[in-house]
Amino acid sequence: MKLKAIVVGGGLAGLMSTIKLVERNIDVDIISLVPVKRSHSVCAQGGINAALDTKGEGDTVDEHFYDTIYGGDFLANQTPVRGMVEAAPEIIYTFDRMGTPFTRTAEGLLDLRRFGGTKKKRTVFAGATTGQQLEYALDEQVRRFEDEKKVHKYEGWEFLKAVIDDDGICRGCIAQNLATMEIRAFRGDALIIATGGAGVIYGKSTNSSINTGSAASIVYQQGAAYANGEFVQIHPTAMLGDDKTRLMSESARGEGGRVWTYKDGKPWYFLEEMYPNYGNLVPRDIASRAIHKVCVDMGLGIDGKNQVYLDLSHLDDDFLERRLGGILEIYEKFHGDDPKKVPMKIYPGIHYFMGGIHVNWEHMTCIPGLFAAGECDYMYHGANRLGANSLLSAVYSGTVCGPAAANYMNSLNHIAAEEEDLLFERYLQAERDYDGMVRKMDGDENPYLLHQEMGELMTANVGIVRYNKKLEETDIALQNFMERWHHINMVDQGAYSNQTVMFVKQLKNMMELARVITLGALRRNESRGAHYKPDYPDRLDDDFLKTTKAFKTEDGPRFEWEDVDTSLLTPVQRTYGGNK
Amino acid sequence: MTEKKYFILKIKRQDDPHKAPYWEEFHIDYKPNMNVISSLMEIQRHPVNAIGEKVNPVVFECNCYEEVCGACTMIINGRPQQACSALIDRIIQKNGIDKPIILEPLTKFPVVRDLMVNRKVLFDNLRRARAWIPVDGSFGLGPGPRYDEKKRAFAYRISRCMTCGCCAEACPNFNAKSDFMGPHVFAQVKMFNMHPIGSMQKDERLKAIMGHGGIQDCGNAQNCAKVCPKNIPLLRSIAELNLDVNLLALKKIFKW
Repeated sequence: MKLKAIVVGGGLAGLMSTIKLVERNIDVDIISLVPVKRSHSVCAQGGINAALDTKGEGDTVDEHFYDTIYGGDFLANQTPVRGMVEAAPEIIYTFDRMGTPFTRTAEGLLDLRRFGGTKKKRTVFAGATTGQQLEYALDEQVRRFEDEKKVHKYEGWEFLKAVIDDDGICRGCIAQNLATMEIRAFRGDALIIATGGAGVIYGKSTNSSINTGSAASIVYQQGAAYANGEFVQIHPTAMLGDDKTRLMSESARGEGGRVWTYKDGKPWYFLEEMYPNYGNLVPRDIASRAIHKVCVDMGLGIDGKNQVYLDLSHLDDDFLERRLGGILEIYEKFHGDDPKKVPMKIYPGIHYFMGGIHVNWEHMTCIPGLFAAGECDYMYHGANRLGANSLLSAVYSGTVCGPAAANYMNSLNHIAAEEEDLLFERYLQAERDYDGMVRKMDGDENPYLLHQEMGELMTANVGIVRYNKKLEETDIALQNFMERWHHINMVDQGAYSNQTVMFVKQLKNMMELARVITLGALRRNESRGAHYKPDYPDRLDDDFLKTTKAFKTEDGPRFEWEDVDTSLLTPVQRTYGGNK
Repeated sequence: MTEKKYFILKIKRQDDPHKAPYWEEFHIDYKPNMNVISSLMEIQRHPVNAIGEKVNPVVFECNCYEEVCGACTMIINGRPQQACSALIDRIIQKNGIDKPIILEPLTKFPVVRDLMVNRKVLFDNLRRARAWIPVDGSFGLGPGPRYDEKKRAFAYRISRCMTCGCCAEACPNFNAKSDFMGPHVFAQVKMFNMHPIGSMQKDERLKAIMGHGGIQDCGNAQNCAKVCPKNIPLLRSIAELNLDVNLLALKKIFKW
């Protein structure tokens, strides 16, 4: 009998975990909602950070480490972050060998550009579609393993439950086919959740439609801790849309883009004025709050709406085409104006989840055999993520999680293939019963409208600015939504490929996670990174230099605090040349 | 624009892979800045057809909404394209608000339900062509090769292919009855064959596309390039690979 791992999610973290497992002679089943090549990692645009110092600026790993910890307002555990920044250059080289078409210099070397929260050029990029290019490189490697029969992909399947035996050890999972609706058990000696962020909880975000956070919520409900849920990154520059807020990469500012609005009839470059040291390249939490202040508090948004300009029109056309082509094309396609000639209209949008499933430094949860990697874990970004560190953490977490899972599996006394059928049948039956119940729901609530209402509430009250009174109201509303969920009407009566059945299940899981986010925010009476309370404007290390850990109970989430590893850098106040 | 507040979606529907298709119309309340995906989301929220009957919401694929994942490809007013970037304002401006916007599933792939099709064959064909660089391992082996930026920039244009299937849909040689790999595959082979490391396995990939369903089955209709949403240099890739394939065949004959 051979060891087998199950990887849920085919983005960068899932695919890198898979490659590391296969290289250790372990077969992998990948379970993915979409063909893995369409995973959300493809949406990352600007680049991936590594201290390569090819520009003679004297950049170092130490400086990358400092910027990441400082940018995260000291909430990230420092030892794992140190590991990540040290590994970064070799990770870039590996992708380069796999054929990722990184943009080059005249000498044929890797080009670099600047991103927010740093003063050095540290970001490697492939035009403005870096995530897509990295994802494709791993997709190709995994296709090769598929050809060698070491990987089996289950694309178009949704994760429903981890199978945990009576000793509390994870032995596999239950998943459902999105076309035939078949529910079946998968045996696995390790289960890796690599399912990305949860932007869909907020309705509109820069995330893809699969980013519901459902899988992370499921394992939270099964006993894994969820950490730092309240830290949600709001990207300062997104295009407002009817269906989503489309990302406009930070690289636009890295390449010289300026943010402004009109004040007293003249252009006001407010980021440059407020933060003279970093200007337009302050970290995202700071830029988002500044834009919010200018539009909401001062009423200075363009055309009286909540929007400001992101301006590239002063830069050379050829330069822009070569360095930012992909995103300029998107803006023009979706908005109609050519950003090379006319400033883009942007506003902050929900973007990235610094928080996630709690794991140890080997990426295992408190449930043996259950691992998490990528955006769905909580490990590398503290209270705010720096731009171009997300591709790095997604890949790096896979390089840690895969080998750690292999070591764990090799230490097992008996393997999942030998486990009794009874265990899997028990779980299967429960999921089939639940599926049957969902299909028969005959209340009067439309699930998509219920979701829209929740998203609007979360965006209004658990976004850039947070007040305790509003957070309390939101939690009560969320409990009310959970009650209304039982009165959903199953609007789709189809037996085959019923997307509404799957959405109703996801919606329940989104509501569970929304409460974790909201109550986590309520409990943290300070301002740190992306979490900002005007009533508590300062960072309060004595009380809150702590990781929030949420555990599911019958009465909702129960919370604990955990100390943060600050063994390498002593926390100092975080400023970027202006008031915080 | 006009006083009428709704526009019409005329959708070719199918309940499952074995049922017969049928047409159904929907009236969608007009708002500025909509696209075909956000219109289909309106149907989910109000699943009622144009004659007021309660119906099942329309099933469709989408993911990124930014034309970078390739999921939401369908035929819109006769043209294969991504639904997320098909803007309602632009369609109405061109055709008027009274003319129904016609949505159909891609025709070259098996229908799963409504507008959703199974495009697995597109990915399988990448496997047939061995479209990867067989690296020694994912561990550290030092810096990669230098790469001429001009060549790299050309490779990057190909690397933006999201396997959406527009080219295969438009290609007269690609269909369920033929083994033809599809235009997207040849562009990928071209890209790997010009890479400093990938060129070391150049002949293996050429052999893979010389066989049944390979590049010689291309009828040069050139429809693929007309519908590619990313302007991938498909024609140039195919033309240059044809030369390479012929050269390899000659080498074999004359044992060079």
